[in-house]
Amino acid sequence: MLEVRELKAGYGAVEVLRGVDLDISKGEIVALLGSNGVGKTTFAGVLSGLVPAWSGSIVFNGASIAGLGAQAVVDRGLIHVPEGRHIFPNLTVRENLELGAYRRGKGSRSQNIDHVATVFPRLRERFAQKAGTLSGGEQQMLAIGRGMMAEPELLILDEPSIGLSPLLVEEMFDLIAKLKAEGLTILLVEQNVLQSMEIADRAFVMENGHIRLSGKPSVLMDDPDLQRAYLGLA
Amino acid sequence: MRQLVILAVVFAFIAAAPAIITSEFTQNVIIMVLYAALLGQAWNILGGYGGQFSFGHAAYFGTGAYTVAVLQVQLGVNPWIGLVIGALFSMAVAAFIGFATFRYGLRGSYFALVTLAFAEVLRILSNSVGFTGAGVGILIPLAPGAANMQFETKTGFFFLIWVLTLSSFLVVWWIGHSRFGASLAAVRDNEDAARALGVNAFRVKMGAIMLSGLFSGLAGIFYAQYFLYLDPYIAYGPAISVESLLVPIIGGMGTLFGPLLGAAALHVVSEATRELIGDVPGISLALYGALLVVMVMFMPRGLAGLLARLGVRRRAASGEMPRA
Repeated sequence: MLEVRELKAGYGAVEVLRGVDLDISKGEIVALLGSNGVGKTTFAGVLSGLVPAWSGSIVFNGASIAGLGAQAVVDRGLIHVPEGRHIFPNLTVRENLELGAYRRGKGSRSQNIDHVATVFPRLRERFAQKAGTLSGGEQQMLAIGRGMMAEPELLILDEPSIGLSPLLVEEMFDLIAKLKAEGLTILLVEQNVLQSMEIADRAFVMENGHIRLSGKPSVLMDDPDLQRAYLGLA
Repeated sequence: MRQLVILAVVFAFIAAAPAIITSEFTQNVIIMVLYAALLGQAWNILGGYGGQFSFGHAAYFGTGAYTVAVLQVQLGVNPWIGLVIGALFSMAVAAFIGFATFRYGLRGSYFALVTLAFAEVLRILSNSVGFTGAGVGILIPLAPGAANMQFETKTGFFFLIWVLTLSSFLVVWWIGHSRFGASLAAVRDNEDAARALGVNAFRVKMGAIMLSGLFSGLAGIFYAQYFLYLDPYIAYGPAISVESLLVPIIGGMGTLFGPLLGAAALHVVSEATRELIGDVPGISLALYGALLVVMVMFMPRGLAGLLARLGVRRRAASGEMPRA
């Protein structure tokens, strides 16, 4: 579904991504792991057209999307839920969700809202409420729900567990697993290695702008480098 | 739909004013309130709904005003045609400023300062070139008659500004209920998230600044025809930019009725001060500054926010809704 080769990007003169190779197959949850500042969020931004790529290729569903703007990428079904929730605090929950279907037809809007409300029943109770008044966990659900409104083929979730209490983190990962069960393909950009590994089909570990390790979670979890760098073991 | 009904009732009520109120002084106050509401609503589109705080709306106001005046005085063009050309010129200036700022991602105080700079550049230019009358200003010859957009009684001007102001309110009502308005609110609340959803933030902001420039230009055109005199300080000076933003801040930014409430409140306070202190030069600006500080500190959602809060309390007290 997605093939990224030798992707380079950055800001000004600073090169953040130094040749990233990554691929995702339909129906998978792929975790992109790494500590702060290694380029995970930049990578998500480049995929979704928010940050321009310097060089390399991004092929999504057989067509190149490198260099396309965010609108064109959304039209192709690659939806990015940015880090830090980024909801619209002065709009209601329903308005936030409707904006998720901004590039989709009016007809699919109410159908998609019903679907999102089924996945996140707590949001249905809050439809008329200003999004800024939701709790942190609810805001994260809203951000993901809004992404689902766009009928994604590939959903990029950037740090969905950041800033949530341990119980809510648990709930969030359960929800992501539920989305996968619905057939959604997900790129999970996370720092939470243990829980990401539990739900991911494959994982990539990023370091200094390139992929350092990749493979099945069961294999990676035995890797001494990963254990030392991210789990404080070995 | 409820807002549209209230809008119709309020403007129908205002339309009846000339039939009931015969005092020219009071009619003038109503005209100036409608004019200030138009000016404020123009700013509200970009600042209130779009979250882009402009300090230089005089650029569009002055362009509309000077266009209609110069076309009449220098080329003998009828002011009704001048109104169309002036409105288009104001929109073009807004499009230019919008392109120059939004294209390069200017936001917040950077955007505010650049808009102020553009208005100042236009003020200096109009002070320097001959066809605007330079520092002396430009006097539109008195030629009463509806064909010249100069009315013998206040009633004619009243209905002109009534139509212009109502049209701005209808456009803002549409913004509040359209896909364009939703994307504008999304860009205001969180531009990066809006872009991630496929909203073209640049195009949305360009639409907002051009609509804003259009109505600001119409206010300038009305001003020129009503007072028949312009100079660079009146047309492009900071007082217009300040009034443009003060009206919706007092009334309630990002609300449909905020600019009307703000315009009424501002003019009542302004007239009351004139009665009490007299016509001291600069007193209105000092008063506006003090009002701005008070509003930002104690009523950040403006009069519209205050009314909404009172409405919620009243409904809660009468048992219509549970207390928050």
